[in-house]
Amino acid sequence: MSSPGTGTAELVEFEQSRTPLQRVQGVLHKYPYLSPLIVLVVAVIIFYLLNDRFLLPQNISFITQQTVVVGTLAIAQTLVILTAGIDLSIGAATTLAQMTMANLAVFVTASNVLPIAGQNPYLAILLGIGVGVLTGVLNGFLIVRLNLPPFIVTLGTLSVFTALTLILFKARTIQAPEMPEVMKWLGNTFEIGEFKLMYGVVLMLLMYVIFGYILKNTAWGLHVYAVGDDPNAAQLSGISTKRVIFSVYVVSGLIIGIAGWLTIGRVGSASPNPDPLLNLDTITAVVIGGTSLFGGRGTLLGTLIGAFIITVVQNGLSLAGLDQAYRVLAIGVLVIVAVAVDQWIRKVKA
Amino acid sequence: MTTTTGTTTPVLQGRNLVKTFGRVVGLDGANLELYPGEVLAVVGDNGAGKSTLIKCFSGAHTPDSGEMQLNGQRINFTSTHEAREHGVETVFQTLAVSPALDIASNLYLGREVRKAGFVGKVFRTLDKKGMRQDSAQHLRDLGISTLQNITQAVETLSGGQRQAVAVARAAAFGSQVIILDEPTAALGVNESARVLQMIQDLRDRGLSVILISHNMPQVFEVADRIHVARLGKRAAVVTPQTASMNDVVAIMTGAMTVPDHEQQLTPVN
Repeated sequence: MSSPGTGTAELVEFEQSRTPLQRVQGVLHKYPYLSPLIVLVVAVIIFYLLNDRFLLPQNISFITQQTVVVGTLAIAQTLVILTAGIDLSIGAATTLAQMTMANLAVFVTASNVLPIAGQNPYLAILLGIGVGVLTGVLNGFLIVRLNLPPFIVTLGTLSVFTALTLILFKARTIQAPEMPEVMKWLGNTFEIGEFKLMYGVVLMLLMYVIFGYILKNTAWGLHVYAVGDDPNAAQLSGISTKRVIFSVYVVSGLIIGIAGWLTIGRVGSASPNPDPLLNLDTITAVVIGGTSLFGGRGTLLGTLIGAFIITVVQNGLSLAGLDQAYRVLAIGVLVIVAVAVDQWIRKVKA
Repeated sequence: MTTTTGTTTPVLQGRNLVKTFGRVVGLDGANLELYPGEVLAVVGDNGAGKSTLIKCFSGAHTPDSGEMQLNGQRINFTSTHEAREHGVETVFQTLAVSPALDIASNLYLGREVRKAGFVGKVFRTLDKKGMRQDSAQHLRDLGISTLQNITQAVETLSGGQRQAVAVARAAAFGSQVIILDEPTAALGVNESARVLQMIQDLRDRGLSVILISHNMPQVFEVADRIHVARLGKRAAVVTPQTASMNDVVAIMTGAMTVPDHEQQLTPVN
C-alpha cells in the first residue's frame, strides 16, 4: 500500500512539451469557431480586392438580409446536429408553416379547409408557428418513440411536409398585397447610419443570443451536448436522453415556425415551393461553422459565421462577375475541409 | 478477527434477483449483502452475472424478480438517476463520462446546480463558478491536487485521469454506496495502485464499496470480503484471510464448493 501522502497526486499530470501543430490543434479544439472566422475574414478580404463595392453599407446590409432565413434555420439545425441527428425536412417544414400562416391571414384561400382564414393575422402567425412546432413533434416522436434514425425520419417527413403543403394550399402563391402588414413586418428595415437593417435580422441575432445562452448556461444546454457526445454515458449519468432529443426537435420546430414568418417578410410573398438549396445550406452553415456532424461539439457562434460565409461567397462572386458555379464549388470544398478539420481536432490530446 | 452478530443491517442487500435478456439468463436468483464501511469484491468468470448484478443496484437494469434493500428499506430503482438520489453511485466500466464536456460539467452531469435567487429560478442559469470550485475541492479530497484546469475537456485527459474524474464524481456524491466496475482494467500498474488507494480512502471515510474486478491480487489487497459469482448466482463469500487466490478461482470455475458454515456472510470488522 502506498503512503497516503503521495496518494493519487500523479494520476493527473499535464504534458508541457507540444509541437506548434499540436498547439494549433488544441486552440481549435477549445475555440471551434476560430477556423470559420478565419475563412470568413479571408473571403471578405478577397472579395473586397476583387470589387471594392463589396464593403459598401448597402451591400453589407444586403448580405445580412440574404443570410436571415438560412441563419435562423441554422440555429435549429445546430441543435439537432449537436445531438448527432440531422434534419433534412427543415426547408419543407418551414414552407408548411409559412403557407399555413399566409393562408390563414388572407380571405381568399385556395382551399376551403380554413374557416377562420382572414380573421386575425396575429392568430394566423401563432397558428403557423404552432404548425412548425408540430413538425418538430412529429420528427421527434418518430425518432425517439420508434427509434428510427433521424436521417431516414426527416427524409420521409421532407416529402410528407412538401406534399401536405401542396395538398392543403393548392400550389397557390400568396402575393404581398394580399397579406396584412404584420405578416411582412419582419421584412421592414430601419436605418443605422448608411446601414439598412431588417427587423428579421435583429430577430435572428436575438435568437442566436438566446439560444447561445441556453446552450452554454443551462442544464438543458449541457445535456444536448452530452447526449450527442456519448448517449450511453449521458444515460448512465442520469440524463433522460430520449426526453432531451425529443425536446430538441420540438424547440427546432419552434424556430422553424418563426423562420416561416421571417421568410414571408424577407421574400414578400408566400410561395409553396421552397428554395431547393435551403436544406443543404442550413447543414452547410452548421458544418462550416465547426459543429461536428457526429454530435456533441460545436457552437452557435460558429454556425452564424458559417451562414455568413455562404452568403458572402454567393454575393462576392456575383459582384466579381463570376459564375455562381464557383459558389457551389467553394462551398463544396469548404464542407469537406471543415469535416476533415473536425476529425483532426477530435484527436486532440493534452 | 471477530464476527459480529447477525443483527447488523446490510447497507445494500439483494435477494433472489432474477434478470433475463431474452433467452439469456443474466441473474438466476442471486443474493448479495454489503455491510457498512466494507469493501466487498465481486469476482466471477465472464458471464457469471457480475455486471448484471451491480447494474441492478445502480439502476441501469431493473431485475425481473427478487428484492433489493437499502438500509433495510425496499428499493426499486428504475434509473441511474434514482439510484444516485439514494446515495448509490456507480463508476461504470465505460466510465460514463462525456468526452467533450469539461471536468466540472462531468462531475455535475445530470445534477447541475443552478444559481441562487432570481437568475437561477427564472433563467435557469447554472452556477458554473460554484460547481467548478466544488469540483476542484472534490478532486483535492481524493488527492488529485495537480489537476490544474477544471475547465479542461475530459477527452484531453489520459485514461487514468478520466478514471480519476469518474471516481471523483462517485466519491463526491455517493453518501451510501460506491460501486466500481473494473476500475483498473484499462490502467497501468501505477495508476491501478492509486485507484486502489482511493478505494481504501473511501472506506476510511465510512462509505461501503463494491469492487468488481478480474484482478485477484488487487482483490486480495483491498477487499474485506470476496463475493464469488457463478452462473448468475452467488457461489460463495470468502475473505482474503480464509481463502487463497487458487481457492477463489476454483470456486469461480465450479471446481470447488464452500459449505455454508465456512462462508463469510456477516461483516468482518
